[in-house]
Amino acid sequence: MTTVEVETVVDRSVTQALETMLLIRTFEEKSAELQAAGKSPSMCTSVGQEASAAGVMSALGEDDLILTNHRSAGHLLARGADPNRVMAEIQGRATGYCGGKSGSLHISVKELGVILTSTIVGGELSLVTGVGLSLQLQESDAIAAVFFGDGAATEGIFHESVNLAAVWDLPILYVCENNQWQAYVHRKETMLVDHISEWGSRYGIPSRTVDGNDVEAVAAAAREAVAYIREHRKPFLLETYTYRTRGHMEPDDQAYVDKHELSAWKSRDPITIAERRLLTDGVLTSIELAAMKETARKKVEAAAEFALESPYPDFDQLTTDVYA
Amino acid sequence: MNTITPDQAMTDALAEEMRRDPRVITFGEGTATKQYKLAEEFGKKRVRNTPLAEGIIAGTAAGAAATGLRPVIDLLFAPFMTFAMEELVNSAGKLRFISGGQFSFPLVAIARTGAGWAVGAQHNHNIEAWFVHAPGVKVVMPSTAADFKGLMKSAIRDENPVMFFADIGLLHTPGEVPDGDHVVPIGKAALRRDGSDVTLISYGKTVHNCLTAAETLANEGISAEVVDLRSLKPLDEAGVLSSVLKTGRAVVVHEAAGMCGVGAEIAALIAEKAFDKLKAPVVRVTGPDAPPAASYPLEQAFVPQADRIAQAVRSQLAVGR
Repeated sequence: MTTVEVETVVDRSVTQALETMLLIRTFEEKSAELQAAGKSPSMCTSVGQEASAAGVMSALGEDDLILTNHRSAGHLLARGADPNRVMAEIQGRATGYCGGKSGSLHISVKELGVILTSTIVGGELSLVTGVGLSLQLQESDAIAAVFFGDGAATEGIFHESVNLAAVWDLPILYVCENNQWQAYVHRKETMLVDHISEWGSRYGIPSRTVDGNDVEAVAAAAREAVAYIREHRKPFLLETYTYRTRGHMEPDDQAYVDKHELSAWKSRDPITIAERRLLTDGVLTSIELAAMKETARKKVEAAAEFALESPYPDFDQLTTDVYA
Repeated sequence: MNTITPDQAMTDALAEEMRRDPRVITFGEGTATKQYKLAEEFGKKRVRNTPLAEGIIAGTAAGAAATGLRPVIDLLFAPFMTFAMEELVNSAGKLRFISGGQFSFPLVAIARTGAGWAVGAQHNHNIEAWFVHAPGVKVVMPSTAADFKGLMKSAIRDENPVMFFADIGLLHTPGEVPDGDHVVPIGKAALRRDGSDVTLISYGKTVHNCLTAAETLANEGISAEVVDLRSLKPLDEAGVLSSVLKTGRAVVVHEAAGMCGVGAEIAALIAEKAFDKLKAPVVRVTGPDAPPAASYPLEQAFVPQADRIAQAVRSQLAVGR
């Protein structure tokens, strides 16, 4: 490939990633708006972390399996989930991916390989080793990717999971979205190191921290990590160092947040960084960017309308799917 | 018929199911070491040792079950399951429902429980009722070698997570097991002794104490029927009720503490559905609300023994109509 061709491919993928990030941001802000208006239950957003979802997902293949957590709308949308059905699930509607039984917190979409979402922080880490074991015993080429936060990393199960994956050579991509916040507690109150990758490396697995607000950097690091796992069939820990700029769950006035820290991170907003780069490099025009934003807005408005007009599940769903 | 220990019966069931279905795997603390014959036959990919970390053992089983395997995990002692409650209850038990039926969790978790080895309260604690209260999981607790084998085979073939409680007091006492593919359905109680005056309802090792008590009572002219629940969830309501409707008296016996235990559920079931036929209030004979002591005499005193059960029946017969 010539340099020009490489740049074109990269530009296209960054543009796609920007589209994804805009969709996630618009979607989550709309959900928060509906919550504030009393039209939707509370949910946990990933505002400020969109580059992690968009970048990592861009590196995964169709057959790869994904486990996520309570802050999952971004991961789902980046994986290609239908915004209508995600929004409907958040609102507990029958048309949601889980028929309204999950709500926002544990949405799984088997057809997209997004399986086993656990909202008990750390739950996803306990399950992913089993998924990795299945892939290993089935001699699959696929890998499992698990998204978790710095909060989960302070739980024992993180250490149990990474250790077992290392000992059993499981094909797992651990994606720690270090967003500096563990619910309402700043990371610095609960751990002395700055990087979860330091912990990963102590268990004998390659571990790396990447700027989680630079979608291009995240995507490149994720591609390398995925290539390593596919080649060696061993785990890899990728830490996307980022910041959650909205509160833990809606609504949240963030009175407890250091204003300087927040504004410093907001000035490094992942969407702004990607936009600026694409505009500066002449890949996108401001008119095209405005059109992208409008597309995202329309999709999200349609999703909100779809969800709000969808029926709630029938009462007979109260006890279905408890046992197989 | 073979005469083997329940411990061997469980291993035989596992080996047969592993031969039958390549998706069945087993792992746990010392599994490959202790089950070295399984490791030799099926290889170290399917028979694995793990760290001493129940949370990740159970979580790994749940994740594997949801993606095509059928894990049988050994968590050793029931109190160790407290480290795996999240994975067993929140994940394996709930994620099928939460996901709208997208996944199932066919796994078996084995835990040894109850008095017998004088190991004290952190190895001996009958917590089976905790799981009866957890949606999405099944609970079995056999009392005979044949049922250890047959229920294990059913548990492995079941599409749901099954908690398999192995009563320590029974594990090494040989019993008869039918030849061949001996399968005992989950959710079906067994009538261990016919009787007409009173029904003794129990599970695990106290079934045998009930049988001893029934023998003593027979010498006194009291005819006691003994029902072995075998499965605590699903519960064989019809099996319990048909006996109680016949005798009109029920004594429920288990080693676990009484409050909110399985016996409380049985008593409520009888009150709701057999009240008209009752000749006396239901009586429970259970372990106390206390941690079991290690000291052998105290450990044994914790368990409803035959004399206590017989006395409870005599007292019950002295009242009522």
